[in-house]
Amino acid sequence: MAVLAPPTTPAHEPAPLALPEQRIFVASQWQLMWWRFRKHRLAMVSSVIVIGFYLVVLGADFLAYADPDRSEAQRSLMPPQRVYFFDGWRFAPYVHGFKGARDPNTFKRVYVADPTQKVPVRFFAEGFEYRFLGLIPTTRHLIGVDRGRDASTTIFLLGTDLQGRDLWSRLMYGTRISLTIGLLGVTMSLVLGVVLGGLSGFYGGITDTIIQRTIEILRSIPTIPLWMGLAAALPREWTILQVYFAITIIISLLGWTELARVVRGRFLAMREEDFVVSARLVGCSQLRTIFVHMVPSFMSHIIAATTLALPAMIISETALSFLGLGLRPPAISWGVLLQQAQNVQTVAISPWLMLPAVPVIIAVMAFNFLGDGLRDAADPYGR
Amino acid sequence: MLAYVGRRALLAVFTVWAISVLSFAIIQLPPGDYVTSYIAQMASTGSVVSEEEAQQLRIQYGLGQPYYVQYLKWMNLVVRGEFGMSMEWRRPVTEVIGDRLWLTMVVSLAALVLTWVLALPIGIYSAVRQYSPGDYAATFVGFIGLAVPNFLLALVLLYFGFVFLNAHVGGLFSPEMQDAEWSGARVWDLMKHLPMPALILGLAGTAQQIRIMRANLLDELRKPYVVTARSKGLTELRLILKYPVRVALNPFASTIGYTLPYIVSGSIIVSLVLGLPTVGPLLLKALIAQDMFLAGTIVLLLGLMTVIGTLISDILLVWIDPRIRLEET
Amino acid sequence: MAAEPLLSVRNLKTYFAQDEGLVKAVDGVSFDVAPGSTMAIVGESGCGKSVTARSILRIVDRPGRIVEGEILFRRGEAATDLATLDANGAEMRAIRGAEIALIFQEPMSSFSPVHSVGNQIDEAILLHQAVSRRGARDKTIEMLRRVGVPSPEERVDQLSNQLSGGLRQRAMIAMALSCQPTLLIADEPTTALDVTTQTQILELMRQLQKEDGMAIMLITHDLGVVAEMATDVAVMYLGRVVEQAPVDAIFHDPKHPYTRALLRSIPRIRSRTRERLTPIAGSVPHPFDRPHGCSFHPRCTDFIAGRCDASAPELGPAGPGHAVSCFLYE
Repeated sequence: MAVLAPPTTPAHEPAPLALPEQRIFVASQWQLMWWRFRKHRLAMVSSVIVIGFYLVVLGADFLAYADPDRSEAQRSLMPPQRVYFFDGWRFAPYVHGFKGARDPNTFKRVYVADPTQKVPVRFFAEGFEYRFLGLIPTTRHLIGVDRGRDASTTIFLLGTDLQGRDLWSRLMYGTRISLTIGLLGVTMSLVLGVVLGGLSGFYGGITDTIIQRTIEILRSIPTIPLWMGLAAALPREWTILQVYFAITIIISLLGWTELARVVRGRFLAMREEDFVVSARLVGCSQLRTIFVHMVPSFMSHIIAATTLALPAMIISETALSFLGLGLRPPAISWGVLLQQAQNVQTVAISPWLMLPAVPVIIAVMAFNFLGDGLRDAADPYGR
Repeated sequence: MLAYVGRRALLAVFTVWAISVLSFAIIQLPPGDYVTSYIAQMASTGSVVSEEEAQQLRIQYGLGQPYYVQYLKWMNLVVRGEFGMSMEWRRPVTEVIGDRLWLTMVVSLAALVLTWVLALPIGIYSAVRQYSPGDYAATFVGFIGLAVPNFLLALVLLYFGFVFLNAHVGGLFSPEMQDAEWSGARVWDLMKHLPMPALILGLAGTAQQIRIMRANLLDELRKPYVVTARSKGLTELRLILKYPVRVALNPFASTIGYTLPYIVSGSIIVSLVLGLPTVGPLLLKALIAQDMFLAGTIVLLLGLMTVIGTLISDILLVWIDPRIRLEET
Repeated sequence: MAAEPLLSVRNLKTYFAQDEGLVKAVDGVSFDVAPGSTMAIVGESGCGKSVTARSILRIVDRPGRIVEGEILFRRGEAATDLATLDANGAEMRAIRGAEIALIFQEPMSSFSPVHSVGNQIDEAILLHQAVSRRGARDKTIEMLRRVGVPSPEERVDQLSNQLSGGLRQRAMIAMALSCQPTLLIADEPTTALDVTTQTQILELMRQLQKEDGMAIMLITHDLGVVAEMATDVAVMYLGRVVEQAPVDAIFHDPKHPYTRALLRSIPRIRSRTRERLTPIAGSVPHPFDRPHGCSFHPRCTDFIAGRCDASAPELGPAGPGHAVSCFLYE
């Protein structure tokens, strides 16, 4: 606290009272929210994590170093490799080569590290070809190993699956699908929620009653069996893209009720506010009143509610795909990856197959904390 | 009060109707009608359905007629307890489902009870001792509970059970009790196997309820009536239990209606991972095999039981909150 | 004032340790309440009146804590120092509600919304008296009748939100007096009520005081209420008592510049000249940066530079039963 407060310090610092107190009065609503949000440490950390996740979504192919679909029976179920960062005193990360063999007793493939063989890890290495951000064709990847070596000398940061595909690379691609499906789903929920919740809150009366009862009915039905039924009815011959959008729609049907509830509550509270009444009195049309005057003033609440709805979307997609009713291979998502972990016996031998659960949990937590922080910040004048 | 119960009951009727429509939609969704699929299924196993029998079935289910006629015919059968045949099993649907529906409910209710038994005291403790280590611990466990999808939790526990205890921790019965007749011993066996799935299913709900209870109670603890009660000389424990907890219970109790559907939903997936003999695995198999009467019936019956459970909880709520009892409208 | 005081508060300090800093809500308060008298504690909002009351009952919310001082409460012959008792211990609980009772500002929310009024009054009686449930209920009805609740047999089973504000405050008084306390602390009992109801409630309190002989500690910022009710007055400013005197002395011979400023700021019907109302200059400082020296000095018209901002004055005698803390009178 010895440092002189710069003009952007939040208002809660007691020492120089006169100054920040006045700043509170002139600060814009969004500034107040930012100050409040910054006090919520977990939310701050979570926002960094969420940004990180979406960077992975953008650069999945850059972060992956192996073609996620290339399978090879020779390296099925390889365990994660240990990475050695220093070769002697020099920073030169490398991994050991692996030798696969069959256990003569159990006939299972076992892999033995070969300490004599050092496989150097290269940065910005050559790999399979892709378009960076969908635009620039390139073959560069964040890490990789020299090409032209045989299967026993490549790198598997997180091991391989049953078909011998690299789990790390698949996880990168799975993140892309799982998080965008969540985002798309929540966007659709949001449209449904805002339109129906808005109608309900703005018009009240019979419209409100019908929409509210519908929401209540939907909320008292166990939804997963229903969505399972819908998902199972998707034709088998649909392409990945078609299934992707169908699943997005199905999970968005799941999340809109809560958003509609929040929007309606806000509308009801705001309908009586002076500035809304005066907007109507000066002759604004209803649409103008809603979209120019009301929506901007509860935008923050909507953003918070949306963030809080995302985890449910992610979990739904993961669950459906895990059951084999959601996305289907060759599509890659967290749920699809977890399918391989369905069998306990398999998992007991190759526990790394459960690793795709880790990003699910982290993402859900991060979105929850972020949403909490946003919700607290959304009402900067409260308490 | 009667008006309130009446309103809830009316809503329940509507909900059941909505569920029946949705279940019907599930039955209708796959391409081809039931009889065609039935004949194909029979043919694949070598038996032949006579034209006469096929015609009989078509009339019974109103196939070829408008959807609402088909729906009404199906509802007519359902009301009489005829849910149709399972193609996959070639037995009446009711027979295939058997005990599984009840076991689903037993597991779900156990999870619900556990949710309450855990969430209430922990929520109260967290609020009364805000920012204590116990509060932080409860909050932390709460966030884990919210963040870990229950089927993943089941998977992890199963894994640890397998690796460290070398035992299969899933299931609802011991192997020797699997197909035994119902008896005291079998019920006891069930009881012994219940806590684990109940805990897995209930954890997310518990976490949520702890947060709700804590927030409600924190609001209530600041209210003047707490000071009034304290100034009477009540002991702190009696005071908190009698006044703020009682008031905070109301919004808490009203969430029960949404908790039950949530748990029932979750039980489907968790049952698959843990291998519980509930309707979950059956539903998945039916959906994948497009055994639509079985799937539709399961969805319908699950929905129905959930609605009944919710209605009961609503009526309990009236008993807890005198303000509803006095409501005139 | 010759009698032994019923309650004697000496140098009471109650602090709140908050994230932003230490709030000294009550910072060295001293005053006496004689048996059967009415002591008014007067001051602006946030001066520590309510915290003083709650400190006496030992129901200060966390993180508030009594850090220093004595609260001597006479029971029979001996006096108990309430400040040293365990706040939730049996002895303190036996005093709370039975010997010292509290009624306060918000009649809307001081009753539980889900319990009947009677249930809440019964509870106080059952807690402190050896009576049966039936007996407690009869007593409750009797009490409600005494405070002027019409048809108490029916009202007793109603929820508080079925009663009007005035009735609720009456029920509150019934609850507070149900165990015949020797001291009644009334924390702004009439602030939330309309003027006619206000007068009725004050009248009721005076009448009950006459009948039961309890002392009243009346916390208010309304000098009109003080003139009507009090026998003695203590004026508080920023957690301290700046002046204590019999009611006549306060109104006719106020000593402390703050008391004088307070009196100048209220309108008088029979004022001879066309006097202007003078508001007190400045505003109450933030509790975190209490002025050095006498805490009133930045707003004081008689400010002595180098004296008032250097050290804080002590409460000293300034006439019969009159004490003031100001350098002008040392």
